[in-house]
Amino acid sequence: MPDLLFEAGMEEIPARMIAAAEKELTERVVALLQRERLLGEAHEVHSYSTPRRLAVQVSGVLDRQPDATERMTGPAWSVAFKDGQPTAAAQAFARKAGVSVEALEKTATPKGDYVSATVTYRGRPAPELLGERLAAELAALYWPKNMYWRAQKPERFVRPIRWIVAMLDHEVIPVEFAGVRAGKQTYGHRILYGSEPVVIDHPDDYVGALEAARVTADVGLRRHRIRKALDQETRDIPGARWREDTALVETVTHLTEWPSVVMGTFDREYLALPEEVLVTVMRDHQKYFAVEDTHGKLGPYFLTVLNTHPEETGVETIRHGNERVLRARFNDARFFWDVDQKTPLEDRVEMLKSVTFHKELGSYWDKTQANLRIAENLAATLEERSVALDMQALKQAVRLAKADLTTELVKEFTELQGIVGGLYARAQGLGETVAQAIYWQYSPAAVEDPIPPTIEGQVLGLADRIQTMVAMFGIGLEPTGSKDPFALRRAANAIVKILAESGLPLSVSDLLCTLPADGGAEIREKLTAFFRERLEFYLRDVRGFAYDVVNAVLATGADDVRDAIARAEALTAVRGSEDLAAISAAFRRIKNILRQAAEKGIAMGDAVDAKLLKESAEQALHVEVEELALIVEDLRGRGKYRRALEEIATLRPHVDLFFDKVMVMVDDEAVRRNRLALIAQVLSGFSSIADFSELVSAS
Amino acid sequence: MTYQELLLRLQNFWAERGCVLAQPYDVEVGAGTMSPDTFLRVLGPDPVAIAYMQPSRRPADGRYGENPNRLYKHTQLQVILKPPPANIQEIYLDSLEAIGIRLREHDIKFEEDNWEWPVGGAWGVGWQVMLDGLEITQFTYFQQCGGMDLDPISGEITYGMERIAAFLQDVDSIYDIVWARDPKTDRAITYGEVRLQEELQLSVYNFEAADISKLWEHLRLYEAECQALLDEFHARFSPKAEKSAERHEKIHDRLVHADAAPSTDEDLRAALKRFPVLGAYELCLKCSHLFNLLDARGAISVTERVAVMARIRNMVVGVAKAYAAQRQQTEAA
Repeated sequence: MPDLLFEAGMEEIPARMIAAAEKELTERVVALLQRERLLGEAHEVHSYSTPRRLAVQVSGVLDRQPDATERMTGPAWSVAFKDGQPTAAAQAFARKAGVSVEALEKTATPKGDYVSATVTYRGRPAPELLGERLAAELAALYWPKNMYWRAQKPERFVRPIRWIVAMLDHEVIPVEFAGVRAGKQTYGHRILYGSEPVVIDHPDDYVGALEAARVTADVGLRRHRIRKALDQETRDIPGARWREDTALVETVTHLTEWPSVVMGTFDREYLALPEEVLVTVMRDHQKYFAVEDTHGKLGPYFLTVLNTHPEETGVETIRHGNERVLRARFNDARFFWDVDQKTPLEDRVEMLKSVTFHKELGSYWDKTQANLRIAENLAATLEERSVALDMQALKQAVRLAKADLTTELVKEFTELQGIVGGLYARAQGLGETVAQAIYWQYSPAAVEDPIPPTIEGQVLGLADRIQTMVAMFGIGLEPTGSKDPFALRRAANAIVKILAESGLPLSVSDLLCTLPADGGAEIREKLTAFFRERLEFYLRDVRGFAYDVVNAVLATGADDVRDAIARAEALTAVRGSEDLAAISAAFRRIKNILRQAAEKGIAMGDAVDAKLLKESAEQALHVEVEELALIVEDLRGRGKYRRALEEIATLRPHVDLFFDKVMVMVDDEAVRRNRLALIAQVLSGFSSIADFSELVSAS
Repeated sequence: MTYQELLLRLQNFWAERGCVLAQPYDVEVGAGTMSPDTFLRVLGPDPVAIAYMQPSRRPADGRYGENPNRLYKHTQLQVILKPPPANIQEIYLDSLEAIGIRLREHDIKFEEDNWEWPVGGAWGVGWQVMLDGLEITQFTYFQQCGGMDLDPISGEITYGMERIAAFLQDVDSIYDIVWARDPKTDRAITYGEVRLQEELQLSVYNFEAADISKLWEHLRLYEAECQALLDEFHARFSPKAEKSAERHEKIHDRLVHADAAPSTDEDLRAALKRFPVLGAYELCLKCSHLFNLLDARGAISVTERVAVMARIRNMVVGVAKAYAAQRQQTEAA
């Protein structure tokens, strides 16, 4: 069976977009082949990409669609044939089906006999069909940012398309997109192979032909070669290794067609700069790998991944050039560091008046004042709850937290905000507590990042983020759908994570205390719902709790994050027990009865009247509930959720017996009201840890 | 290769590929893009092939001549090709060979870098071109300008000349670049000798000496004049502004020949053609530079910044729209 090759050649695709595009194109081509019944049973799919191309190779493609038959049903037999003679209706149907009238058949259906025809569809040749369809698959690729390039703007794409290869074995598939006709010609490495086309004779030759033209088309192979070359280059330095950085490996893999690695050095004196600065310059600005010793300490080396294998003189030139650039960058950083020290953080607070936080919300100076008020509030709450913290240091840290936004170093390396402030605070002798709090204020940025290690840092992180959220929600900037331009979801995730992992006795409502008492109701409601959603995400996606456990736990309260986690842990531990599954089923039943009663307007007693309890099963349940409620409440109060849940599970025989023997919705109104009150008491008395009715039974 | 030889070779290269070599624009600009040769000429359908060296002023980037890598005023070679030829990248790579960069001995990458000038309602997608880890060129496919979609688009190539020269001459400080050599004595004249004094004194001016209240006053004057021109343009040429007959008459009275009978459409076109949109654009550039000066002086508060930028944006976009309308309506005849 023939092989298919489809390659789109273009100007350099942004590295960050390539992997997803390769995957999507492959899925689209395979789906197209499947849809058109062109995929043989034993087929094989390979996909490739480089900065200048996306390609899919499929072996085991059919050279034409198989013929297909279909039964087409027409008018009723009695309409189609009168006295055994075909009517106009029969002739019309035969024409439509493309068969002769003689070929019409009779099909019995439950509604009577109908005319039918067996229609044969002739399969179309694959090149012809793919020639019509492949371009649409390419055009449909999703790109985060598109461009126009041809006059009259006929199409948008990530970058201009320069060539297309589309072949089925030796035959060119007539694809055309963006004014480019497919052929057998691809192109090799820009510099090492030049602009001479590389002719592909057969799809099988694709990888080999490109390899000869200095292009490694396979991403995995390129990545592997880069890793090996990084190892190889580092080997000459005793005890050294390159600092693992999978994201950077991906980036350079997608920036190169024919990679090699060169090591460079820099003057040891630069190692006096903070490691954070050195690594940011190397990784974020130059895409260099750092080199460390066995203790993880940086050495005066770097590794750069080239998109070429230069001639020997070239290696020296390239090393020299990269060293020169890095030296200039490090010099800049050192210059900025020195200049910044001339104005201490303390003096920079005033300068924040001219740094915009948000055009409607004022400057970072304004924000700092607001942060201070919140932080003081939170600190007071914590002190009331017997948490010791250094109030002076906290206030100083909050006041100075944003001052680094005015420094040259942060203007140059924005990703180091906070970190630079912390380093400066330390250098300016403000004490470790202040320095640490400032340093860690933006962590966690991602859910896997650690929370600030000190209480002062945690409070700063909470105050800064809740201030932003309240202010942004206040002017209607809450995230909608996929749009979250101010990263408020990330801020809320960080808050949840700090509340969960810091051990601070603070709840979401404690954080919302800064909302104005009047007029804040709507925002409070929105924020509460927003945090509940984030807590749900945290419990499920970060902590891995089952979704029904999360639902059951959050149904009874999402305000106290740590408490919700403790309840989720307890519930997870006992949920496997048969008794609890039965309780969960019984609670669902209670809920249904109460809901139906409410819907029918049937009244329920306010409290259980023991005198009205007739059956022994209901009496027993009542006694048990009264006793157990006290025990459970006591355990719950002491946070012993697992024991409390185990106690609740002992209710099972009584509940089972009750539903076995006792009818709730009886005609006698007083009895009915009383029994409704009893089951309502069961539900409310034991649903404060989790709403068991949310649990999905394993069976 | 001296700095001036480098400038000459690159300009020659593009001249040989059909570019008109324009002179640097003589109003202060922050980048070659802001010259009307780019900002306005990318509008509309007329093909453009133009190249020019553009001194670009960024007051806040001044370092009193003390930083070896940063300048208040640097030089960009700006190339605009509308529409961009399909082999524009290859031509660009040839230009590097033309200035003595043997590509086989270097590492060259096109890394995603999109360009945006919000004040001009302008953006494009493209790359920064990295040569052995050094960004030497910004390569942009212009998509929008003055808030208008461009059709056809333009390819813009912007070379950072000082960086390239320092790279080629392998010097660590821009000020050590050899600008020229005396043909008789072979004595080197450095970039520092030519420009250091200017960097120092203009840094002093930009950061310390510029009179803030006068800068505001200049800004207000330029802005008022620009706005008045734009208002006049709209009053006279916007179809909604006045009944067309009255408008034609006024235009005729004022601009053509007072004693002849008005011949409406032709008069309108003549008046439109000579309307000084380009003058209004120069006033915008003045405003933009004054804004940058005020910024360097630390004289712009948060609320002012947002408001002033919005006003300059309105003027710049207004001029771009007027320019496009002017070209379209006067070329259509």
